[in-house]
Amino acid sequence: MQELFLVIISAVFVNNVVFARFLGICPYLGVSKNLDTAIGMGFAVTFVMTVATAITYVLQKAVLVPFGIEFMQTVMFILVIASLVQLVEIVLKKVSKSLYSSLGIYLPLITTNCAILGMALIAIQEDYDLLTSVVFAFFSAMGFILAIVMFAGIRIKLEEADVPAPFKNVPIGFISAAILSLAFMGFSGLVK
Amino acid sequence: MNEALNILTRGFVRENPVTKMLLGLCPVLAVTTSAVNGLGMGLATTFVLLGSNIVISLTAKVIPDTVRIPAFVLVIATFVTIVDLLIKAYSPELNQALGIFIPLIVVNCMILGRAEAFASRNGIWYSVIDAVGMGIGFTLALFVLSAFREVLGSGTIFNMPLVGEDASTILVFALPPGAFAGLGLIIAGLNALEKKKGGK
Repeated sequence: MQELFLVIISAVFVNNVVFARFLGICPYLGVSKNLDTAIGMGFAVTFVMTVATAITYVLQKAVLVPFGIEFMQTVMFILVIASLVQLVEIVLKKVSKSLYSSLGIYLPLITTNCAILGMALIAIQEDYDLLTSVVFAFFSAMGFILAIVMFAGIRIKLEEADVPAPFKNVPIGFISAAILSLAFMGFSGLVK
Repeated sequence: MNEALNILTRGFVRENPVTKMLLGLCPVLAVTTSAVNGLGMGLATTFVLLGSNIVISLTAKVIPDTVRIPAFVLVIATFVTIVDLLIKAYSPELNQALGIFIPLIVVNCMILGRAEAFASRNGIWYSVIDAVGMGIGFTLALFVLSAFREVLGSGTIFNMPLVGEDASTILVFALPPGAFAGLGLIIAGLNALEKKKGGK
């Protein structure tokens, strides 16, 4: 139990996907222009990341390792993620129209969100068991939501700020991200 | 010939994948703690880009439009696996330093972006030139950022010391915040330069 708790704290704060692991930077910059899209993207990522990590974990243990074909890992995992995204899109479309219209536009973007593949690979690398992997993936996604929502809030303020011309838009975004990531470094003593 | 030269050079600065198009930023921020890592990552990505651009420009006409993206991803994943195995075999230290970011070249949106926007619509000759140009631009951006961070953060360049042993360095540039700040400063600098040039 205690170990699981440490994994959670580490995934959300200490090794935050965006600020410490540098994964998922593209959607982090791309969809954080307003709060609603940021939250929508966050939940779509949470869903795909959790399910993808569970599936890739089972694949790794049940197929790749027994057959000694670990070198197929990259190809296999990315295929799983791509088809999973497609599947989620089809299912959502049939089951819940409202959820589809709010998450739908983010789904294709998720295939190239490196945080998904990254989490699946890290879970294997860290030698977590299935439960820990799933918890780890879910709370990493929570960390992603935390980062993306905070950044969306800052960006709204930045629009009204008087920024020096060369720093407008993207550069000031990076500088704010640097300060945020500096703040997140304060958590680093929490978990070894 | 002019067209070819244009395709080659536009990736260097004008349409640089990192500083202008903001593609493939995850490895740019993550592995640029030292100049060696930056260069290694840049070259690995360039190799994958070159391979995938060649294969995709040759096969784009045969691939049905509906399965285009999965097919492209599969081609890219194959080349990434090749690079991964090569680096593991010949340079264990680089493998150690780049770690998880080697398999993650698969989801580098720059590569899929070039496949979709360029290689699938052009012949092999232009696609090769495009891959080389964009690859050089990507490597250049990685190299500049990693050299900047290595000099300020650890006071070395290519692991050779620039300052005395006991001199204090700006450690924050070697840590995650330095990556964000460094890239922000570089893009701002380029913007300022461009403005100056445009103003004349």
